[in-house]
Amino acid sequence: MNGLALLIPVALGLGLTGLAAFFWSLKNGQFDDADGAALRILIDDEDRP
Amino acid sequence: MTASTPNSGPVALPVTDFAVPGMRCAGCISKLENGLALNPGIANARVNFTTKRIAITHLPELTTPQLLAAIAETGFEAQPITDALGDSVRGEAQQLLKAMAVAGFAMMNIMLLSVSVWSGATGVTRDLFHWLSAMIALPTVFYSGQPFFRSAWSALRKRRTNMDVPISIGVTITTALSLYETFTHGPHAYFDGVVMLLFFLLTGRWLDAVMRNRTRDGVSALLKQTAAGAMVLKANGKTVWIDAKVLAPDMVMLVAAGERLGADGIVIEGISSFDLSLLTGESTAQSVIIGSKVHAGTMNLDAPVQVRVTAAGPDTAIADIARLMEQASQGKSLYVRVADRAARFYAPAVHTLAVLSFLGWMMAGAGWHESLLIAVAVLIITCPCALGLAVPAAQIVVVGALMKVGILVKDGSALERLAEVDMAMFDKTGTLTMGQPTPTNLEDANVEQKSVLLALARASRHPLSEGIRRALETDGIDAAKIDQVREVAGAGIYATANGHAVSLGRPDMEISHNGLASELQIQGHLPFAVHFSDQIRPQAAATLADLQCLGLTSSIISGDRAESVAPVARALGITAQTSMMPQDKLDAIARQKAAGHKVLMVGDGLNDGPALAAGYASIAPASASDAGQHAADMVFLGDALTPVAIAIRAARRTQEIVKQNFVLAIGYNLIAVPLAMCGIVTPLIAAAAMSGSSLIVVANALRLKGAAK
Repeated sequence: MNGLALLIPVALGLGLTGLAAFFWSLKNGQFDDADGAALRILIDDEDRP
Repeated sequence: MTASTPNSGPVALPVTDFAVPGMRCAGCISKLENGLALNPGIANARVNFTTKRIAITHLPELTTPQLLAAIAETGFEAQPITDALGDSVRGEAQQLLKAMAVAGFAMMNIMLLSVSVWSGATGVTRDLFHWLSAMIALPTVFYSGQPFFRSAWSALRKRRTNMDVPISIGVTITTALSLYETFTHGPHAYFDGVVMLLFFLLTGRWLDAVMRNRTRDGVSALLKQTAAGAMVLKANGKTVWIDAKVLAPDMVMLVAAGERLGADGIVIEGISSFDLSLLTGESTAQSVIIGSKVHAGTMNLDAPVQVRVTAAGPDTAIADIARLMEQASQGKSLYVRVADRAARFYAPAVHTLAVLSFLGWMMAGAGWHESLLIAVAVLIITCPCALGLAVPAAQIVVVGALMKVGILVKDGSALERLAEVDMAMFDKTGTLTMGQPTPTNLEDANVEQKSVLLALARASRHPLSEGIRRALETDGIDAAKIDQVREVAGAGIYATANGHAVSLGRPDMEISHNGLASELQIQGHLPFAVHFSDQIRPQAAATLADLQCLGLTSSIISGDRAESVAPVARALGITAQTSMMPQDKLDAIARQKAAGHKVLMVGDGLNDGPALAAGYASIAPASASDAGQHAADMVFLGDALTPVAIAIRAARRTQEIVKQNFVLAIGYNLIAVPLAMCGIVTPLIAAAAMSGSSLIVVANALRLKGAAK
């Protein structure tokens, strides 16, 4: 039982963290431009300050 | 990574959105963002590649035209975005995604606890796990269930039923009973089933919303702007730009060549010709003199004219068409989606089964508690999980496949309707034909003539010049060097090449051949007359033959005169009705509808708008007018007509898969429901059956990936 008292909150906590992270990124527009994100990696912007 | 950092000052800078349909690659993103950031008035530019939009944060002094000019400098064409509607729908998809995320989180955690219960936890441990599950499930049902509860409630208030009614009842009763079980230390709680059900159903809903969003973005990026106002001559001789909304009768509009009219009126000065294709579908320009009536939306081609406004805003001929369109589209909203039609039979059946098993077990002597548990098992097992996924999963796969070949589908109901059409009606100008004059005898010109032609044509924006330019550029002709270029409105372009005077313009003598021609003069040479015609779209005949194979009879309904429709009808071998006003087209469709046909309308012009809205399904080319694209269910890109046949094939294939999915879902019920009614089903079996059937349905839908070929 002692193990459960520790493990269940840990499991729930990790899940909740994931959910909160997802909500945060959704609110910050991380999923607004999926196609663009795939292309931006290709932009070569070394010459910029 | 990003092009520039927003320099957040103390005041919030205004942000303006533009649609940039021309962006295609990573290079375009950096060119736009970096190019615009160099402009001192622009703080930040951020491209959204998915929606083909750019959001510009700029100083309040910069006006929209200035921003457009700045974008044009980077080499892209942009249009300001005005729809506020798009954001509310986008919000809906995001709301569904949030609800789905919550349900997914809850599902995984409850499953974690449930697995231990299934594998033999008893006594205090089981109670603890049930309590924990309840604590996760209750807020989840409350939050993630809202889309269903709301929709079910609004359906019930109208004394109707839809898919959401059995879902809501099932979810509520099951949650309540599981809670009771938890209180009374019972062995079975269905929290996992409830939350899993919500998760799968929300996935279906979300897919549906994403599909609608994606297409709307595609369509709105294509929309072109029509005349939003006019240059008005004031009494004191000055001119001001007045917005179309505030134009009033008796104002005098100055209409330059190449401009669209903002209001109906009478010509009071100048002689020109007008392109009426937007209104009537007629391709030949109509000449106007002082006293001629002209309509809003038509384009002045040759020379500047002054027009006294007789009707503006809601009184114009264009506004009449818009009203017709609105009335015609009401018929379409009566269409009931396949999923809802299925729910009409499904919901009563499910409820009857659940009630019957409750009553049956009561009579057989089981307690009300046990009978209720069995009834809930029946509800959970039959809940339309696979049904809720069957339709959207198939449709989103096929919409994605169609989008790859350049067909934008507005929503799922359009696909369902398209699969049922048995008759096609085509507009002529711009639909069966390209809708733009194409030169027919350029191969007769020699190399020198061709290069001079191209140089002259590039200097003008007249539709005939554009036609010459397009044709010669595709042939890979090099333009000659010309200088001293001047354009005389109504007459043509004049310039010198190699010291010789050259010109491209209206022929001196009237050439009756086909009505459209222009003449190239090179000093010291014989003049060369270029003839034009409106070419039939590539693959038009093949597509019509294809439609025949699919069981569709085709015909033309055109606003054009019989003599210009006849050659097209003859070339394609189909019947035609001519000289039709928008109302006549509506009537023609209504007649076929009364005869029991389901008409597919394919058209592009404003004059087709009402017919597009009234057709059982409708398709417009991307070159269509705003009104046409709005009214149509689908828009196809490119010149060829083939997408029409491709879309119908794909729609029929989708319906097939949807039917298979229904059969799969019902077949699974045939096996599972008797088990549930016998009281054998435990939460474990319910969970396994539910996810299993959903996966099978989705896998079957994925077979549609290649449907658009």
